Amino acid sequence: MTALPADTARKLGLVIDLDTCVGCHACVIACKGWNTENYGAPLADTDAYGPAPEGTFLNRVHSYEMTPEDGAVPMVVHFPKSCLHCENAPCVTVCPTGASYKRVEDGIVLVNEEDCIGCGLCAWACPYGAREMDAVAGVMKKCTLCVDRIHNQNLPEEDREPACVRTCPAGARHFGDLADPDSAVSRLVADRGGMDLMPEQDTRPVNKYLPPRPRDQLREPPEQLAALCEPTTDGLSGFLGWIDRTLGKI
Amino acid sequence: MHPAPSIILFTVLSGLGLGLLCLLGLGLVMPTGWAAFWWFGLGYGLTLAGLGLSAFHLGHPERALKAFTQWRTSWLSREAVLATAALLFMAPHAAGLVFWATPLRGFGLVGAFLSLQTVLATAMIYAQLRTVPRWNQWTTPVLFLSAALAGGAIVIGAARLAALLLVILGLALLAHWWIGDRRFGAAGSNLGTATGLGARGRVRQLEGPHTGTNYLLREMVHVVARKHALKLRIIALACAAALPALILSAAPGSLVALCIAVVLHVAGMLASRWLFFAEAEHVVGLYYGHHGR
Repeated sequence: MTALPADTARKLGLVIDLDTCVGCHACVIACKGWNTENYGAPLADTDAYGPAPEGTFLNRVHSYEMTPEDGAVPMVVHFPKSCLHCENAPCVTVCPTGASYKRVEDGIVLVNEEDCIGCGLCAWACPYGAREMDAVAGVMKKCTLCVDRIHNQNLPEEDREPACVRTCPAGARHFGDLADPDSAVSRLVADRGGMDLMPEQDTRPVNKYLPPRPRDQLREPPEQLAALCEPTTDGLSGFLGWIDRTLGKI
Repeated sequence: MHPAPSIILFTVLSGLGLGLLCLLGLGLVMPTGWAAFWWFGLGYGLTLAGLGLSAFHLGHPERALKAFTQWRTSWLSREAVLATAALLFMAPHAAGLVFWATPLRGFGLVGAFLSLQTVLATAMIYAQLRTVPRWNQWTTPVLFLSAALAGGAIVIGAARLAALLLVILGLALLAHWWIGDRRFGAAGSNLGTATGLGARGRVRQLEGPHTGTNYLLREMVHVVARKHALKLRIIALACAAALPALILSAAPGSLVALCIAVVLHVAGMLASRWLFFAEAEHVVGLYYGHHGR
């Protein structure tokens, strides 16, 4: 049923560190790879080798420039974005067939592809652009939080986390239970001031974003700096100093 | 939002059909025999044609029956259930008038109520979306309901009622545009809230996440030439509401005037429904550097 659970025992989700992300897009590729080769309809590409290639992705990395109001230097912020597995997920309640649902046991928002009629209303209801209709399969695709990895007893324990988290070379992505205040991800959120995206949409996202740390301030350059840059013979000693003084007397 | 022709045709045609069935169910006109057959046939035909067209934008139309299951939470599911119920309840009333010249008023009244509820459900599919501030406001259901009733009143030839409803439709269109133009700013979403970085500084897009296009951009960040938006609004307002009201007031009872009014109204509604989608801004566009101030 497309009614949302009042509460979920666990709130599995991601914590994404905007301070650490280097914008390499490895998570995008790891996500595409795992979710094309495993559970559900593959993430199709159309015109892959033609002039207008496009495809279905469950995770995309935007890049923004932020200019602090206090005059500090602008900084580049790489911004990975995927489903936030919202507690008040508007995509779930609009679904006419019950294909979209939020799991009571761990809070993951999933699509039952057998029931999806491909109407696209859930993608309209999502403020984050987390859902994309697959052009080939005609069903809605979204982040599953790699539900087929995280509980998969056939994988080594270190691989039982989402593909994007497992692959991130910068350690910018963290996976865990945000309902447990003592979990590593909950402590990260508490320590670093984890943020919700578009809180005014009242979606109550489970995924949190850690803001970039403030950068060093650019101060006025020291006065002597220009002098240091000019070639000068002041204070020259030894043989070179003797030549300098001798040539100066001629 | 992408103005898909199938959805524009569906909402205009089924809205008109359900408005017509509503007025027939209320008994504003009581045709019998062949006349009843054509009136009700038109109402059913428009509604069913619209519902059929709506299936064209589905990825899996063969699973459409599943859309009847989630009426407790989903306005789209409610629309499917209500439309079916409206057509079923109206059927005995229609059959009574066609075959026995006997109205079954109870069925007609329930059918009329359900017809209006169906139009309301259609409107609520759009009005419920916080993600599209232009739609997420009270004038959206008023617009859909007044369009359906005004269209129905024109078709049954109730000139005075139609003129009154057309004035309400015109005011609803104006209110929808007036409030809608201010809704995105009032809803408070911007690139700062979208990225969470707004409290720390000014944010602008440096580069997009992908070089080509994608489903999100085509479906929800659809940018059309706004150059003609004002002209289209004037055309929509004139054709959908003002001109039919004038024509029906000038020549009530004239069949030619009636036909011209219907054609103008439908053309105007198609233009206004195109604008309804084409002008609607989805907040996801913020992530792609759109709607910025």
